[in-house]
Amino acid sequence: MKVAITSTGNSTDAVLDSRFGRCSWFIIYDTELKSTEFIPNPNIDSIEGAGIASARLIASKGAEKVISGEFGAKVKGVFDSLNIKLIVIKEENKTIKDIIKLFQK
Amino acid sequence: MPRPKLIRKVSNPPNFKGFKPIGGPENTHVVVMNYEEYEAIRLSDYELFGQMRASSQMGISRSTFARIYESARRKVALSFTQGLPIVFEGGKVYFDSEWYQCNDCGSLFNHHDRETLANECSLCCSKNIEQFSDESDDVSERNLKCK
Repeated sequence: MKVAITSTGNSTDAVLDSRFGRCSWFIIYDTELKSTEFIPNPNIDSIEGAGIASARLIASKGAEKVISGEFGAKVKGVFDSLNIKLIVIKEENKTIKDIIKLFQK
Repeated sequence: MPRPKLIRKVSNPPNFKGFKPIGGPENTHVVVMNYEEYEAIRLSDYELFGQMRASSQMGISRSTFARIYESARRKVALSFTQGLPIVFEGGKVYFDSEWYQCNDCGSLFNHHDRETLANECSLCCSKNIEQFSDESDDVSERNLKCK
């Protein structure tokens, strides 16, 4: 299963990005292969529609779960209709490494 | 250009497509009821919420709620008196899924299937979870998020 995580940098030491649509990087983590893929977010500077464009990108990568700090109202509906699960982590300063560790438990 | 509509939140969409009158002639016309109109009737007449509470639940103003409710009631009346089927369709809505909180990793996650309850955290697979109540979700907060 693939999981998308929003990140502030392109390494697993980076901290979770609390925004979804305009986060710096998306990390696609594969729970079976234990592989990570880093994708720079092309919508970081868009004026509107960043959330929906990012949601499309995530869906095209085949992710089944998305982890971020916050999701907008429009994005929630898009993910609900695509049957992609949302996970919200309110804690700040949580690194990508910590989150991946939770999956390996 | 008119002001764009706020997205209405529907927390309990019907799990069927509509209603049909029993007997009588087959009718080719249908009454199309939007999901927000269904939700307005559900909140007002089934949950028995006041207009203020119902409108904040849907993330819209009280007057907008009253307008949607009025239109919903007229559609029900039209269907009853003319014997027309009702079809649920469209509307500017988003469906809210059930949210849960994990007591082990502290994360919030949603669960799409309304029929069954979630039994484990989708992040850490812990069984120590509880349903997350959405009381703080008022209109002003949503308007800020939309900007």
